[in-house]
Amino acid sequence: MSKARTTTASILKSHEKELVADWQKELASAGSASDVRIGERALHAQMSEFIGLLRDAAQHGDLVDVDRTAWQPMRQFLQEVSRSRVAQGFTSEQTALFIFSFKKPLFVRLRKELGDDPETLAAETWAATQLLDRMALLAMRSYQQSREEVIVRQQEEMLELSTPVVKLWDGVLGLPMIGTLDSARTQVVMETLLQRIVETGAEIAIIDITGVPTVDTQVAQHLLKTVAAIRLMGADCIISGVRPQIAQTIVHLGVDLHDVTTKATLADALALALQRSGWTVERSSGQTR
Amino acid sequence: MERIPILQMGEFLLVTIQVELSDQVALTLQDDLTERIRTTGARGVLIDISALELVDSFIGRMIANIAGMARILDARTVVVGMQPAVAITLVELGLTLTGVHTALNPDRGMQYLRAALAEEVHGHGRLG
Amino acid sequence: MDASDSRTVKLTTEQDVVSARQAVRQLCQELGFSLVEQTKTVTAASELARNTVTHGGGGEMRLQVVRNGTRRGVRLTFEDRGPGMPDIEKAMSDGWSSGDGLGMGLSGARRLVNEFEIESQPGEGTRVSIARWK
Repeated sequence: MSKARTTTASILKSHEKELVADWQKELASAGSASDVRIGERALHAQMSEFIGLLRDAAQHGDLVDVDRTAWQPMRQFLQEVSRSRVAQGFTSEQTALFIFSFKKPLFVRLRKELGDDPETLAAETWAATQLLDRMALLAMRSYQQSREEVIVRQQEEMLELSTPVVKLWDGVLGLPMIGTLDSARTQVVMETLLQRIVETGAEIAIIDITGVPTVDTQVAQHLLKTVAAIRLMGADCIISGVRPQIAQTIVHLGVDLHDVTTKATLADALALALQRSGWTVERSSGQTR
Repeated sequence: MERIPILQMGEFLLVTIQVELSDQVALTLQDDLTERIRTTGARGVLIDISALELVDSFIGRMIANIAGMARILDARTVVVGMQPAVAITLVELGLTLTGVHTALNPDRGMQYLRAALAEEVHGHGRLG
Repeated sequence: MDASDSRTVKLTTEQDVVSARQAVRQLCQELGFSLVEQTKTVTAASELARNTVTHGGGGEMRLQVVRNGTRRGVRLTFEDRGPGMPDIEKAMSDGWSSGDGLGMGLSGARRLVNEFEIESQPGEGTRVSIARWK
């Protein structure tokens, strides 16, 4: 096996330029070479690096066992490539093709160099096939992980986006809720609102649920808990925008909301909040209704 | 053993809890505070728990006890600065600290104590 | 799960409850728990550690990092060789307390975590195991 190892490694070393050129041609024929998302030079650099890492690892390690430490730089490289492919919007097929398209150039080169030794050629080709398949699988795994990370991050960002706490007046915060409330979201809402109350010292928070289509027992309980937590901190909370159907649901569900101040509209809630904090709003003279 | 210092400011007593509260320290504070209310004739107690990262049922009960005992000794109690994470946890735990007045920060807490005393003097007011 | 993920805290004195809280908080921080998750877990641990000391006559708490796929969490196990509880269901109900406390200890702790298991034999001791996932 040691002879074979040096052979592949030495071919990778002595014919790097030709291999990269063939590889690029191969990718191009697969319709994937000149992509605006990744420049020709960047692609060229990635190919050279891949061949370099493959050569280094092949010289030092087992050609098949990619879990060895000798393959650590290669694994890292594939992770980075996959991550950038995800960010650039490539599909998983395109990412795999990047590696698979290296097979033909490498096999052609092996045949040219080892044509007179069919036994070694067969052994080397088989080893190289296994190896590149493993590389592609590694790339796929990294690709998938990166995709999952993106999804998790987007979910978190959406949670934050969907809970804007706004200042309505000096000492009055507003939280317009839109869409379906679930446990996870309500928890984020609760935490964001409480944190903003501490930061601003606002004594009244208004949770407006005009944009919430339905309320079930769990959501109603969450709202109650939010109100209780706000009170524990020494502030108060008004819930506005309770639509008739939701009021009916709450009563039918037997959730006890009588301790919580509710108002039909956000405007009503703000008027009450202003009143409680000692503000009066007056229409200036000259204006008519 | 650790003791939490109690400061006197006019007719008010101020306590800032800045250490991890063991049950014993909590009980000692309860004793110390009631004793100080008696000796100073204080009319209000302000407890700042903004540095407290945890209030469990024992500490919660201690706070409620202090407020209850102070009330009997003719002093109002206000607890200020409860952290959001602590408030959320207390609600989940099922403790609402009934009978304890809370305020967002020391400033608001003092406002409450002063208003509570003024209301008492004038016989009526908006505070319940 | 390997052995390095597990450690124990002795629970004999009331001061040990504080050590238990600190150990749990540190572990939660290492796992990247949010402040609210940390606080809930530490509070639950505080309730159970106190139970072990005051009602169980002392025992220990075992801390473990647990994994479920990509999720990570903490598992805390409280064990004592105390008198045990004759009626677990009653002990778990709100407002019930065998000693001093608001009676929120066990039932409250259950609401603060994702998993809660309790085993108790009168005369043999009590074992409570909780888990909270990130």
